[in-house]
Amino acid sequence: MGREVAESCVDGVVMEMVAAYCGRFYATKPELAARRIEAIGFQVGHQLTERYTMERPRFSDHLEAIKFICKDFWSELFKKQIDNLKTNHRGTFVLQDNRFRWLTRVSIDPSVESMDATENDSTTLGDSAAQTTSMLLYFPCGIIRGALTNLGISCSVTADMSNLPACSFVVRIKT
Amino acid sequence: MPPATGPKSGDALFASVDRVNAELFTLTYGAIVRQLLTDLEEVEEVNKQLDQMGYNIGTRLVDEFLAKSNVSRCVDFKETADVIAKLGFKMFLGVTATVTNWDAEGTSCSFVLEDNPLVDFVELPDTCQGLQYCNVLSGVIRGALEMVSMKTEVTWVRDMLRGDDAYEMRVKLTKQVPEEYPYKDDD
Repeated sequence: MGREVAESCVDGVVMEMVAAYCGRFYATKPELAARRIEAIGFQVGHQLTERYTMERPRFSDHLEAIKFICKDFWSELFKKQIDNLKTNHRGTFVLQDNRFRWLTRVSIDPSVESMDATENDSTTLGDSAAQTTSMLLYFPCGIIRGALTNLGISCSVTADMSNLPACSFVVRIKT
Repeated sequence: MPPATGPKSGDALFASVDRVNAELFTLTYGAIVRQLLTDLEEVEEVNKQLDQMGYNIGTRLVDEFLAKSNVSRCVDFKETADVIAKLGFKMFLGVTATVTNWDAEGTSCSFVLEDNPLVDFVELPDTCQGLQYCNVLSGVIRGALEMVSMKTEVTWVRDMLRGDDAYEMRVKLTKQVPEEYPYKDDD
């Protein structure tokens, strides 16, 4: 194991980056903020795979590369593997993490619980928390896309967080 | 487990927190700085934003630090600086800083870092000479200290990315806000 830092350091910079882009820079243009956050993730994923695949043979096919993301790559980042991988065998892969680290540590719990409450205030709060979370998820989506792009696979990546704290990343390979 | 009373050692403290691969941290921060340079254009504005991000992070990290470190109230700024250097840096970054260059009044000092995980793999191109790459760190210190009633100004005096032999940030205590009563002391 190489050098380590406290997880709070990563959480801190990621949260602040998302807050800065969604709040201070592009408050009225969420789609622009999303694109920037994704771009930052892309660069991180691209550089990390560069480092993690240095001593590996090339992957023979898409599935091999996706498996690498699910196992080795995810373990390096989150100390666990992706829990479930599904594919339609036509270029779409669904990577599910049952307890996605970055969502378990985001402090949105009270508002998430109040999502189905009838009270007006808390519903608004719930909405904005959900919005922040979905903004945050552009970052890991970018990381996955950057990683796969570096492995020669161009794709789009979206996230589905309908079952918090589980999170699914949907990879669609471009043909 | 160390006795519940005394503060933990820096090593024990670092061992007790959740940790991640430092590359993720370093590369993430690097990617953020790069994107900010693209989006904000002015290097001065990037410096400001990095400081602001650090400040916000610091205001939160101080809680985690106080909750986990068991440090008791520091008697003066000198002790506070020592705690930050030996325990604070260690707990989050896994490295310690040295406190030096105290002024006669005991209100300003320097933190010197010889090893700084934030800058692994970083090289600054000539086009960003004015960039204060580590501004997030000085922001964290300022934010954290403000939460414990100390207003400070933090500036960089040495930066290895600019060819110096170490990282040195100057911390100047400008105002110590008196503690508001009643407060509840942890035993």
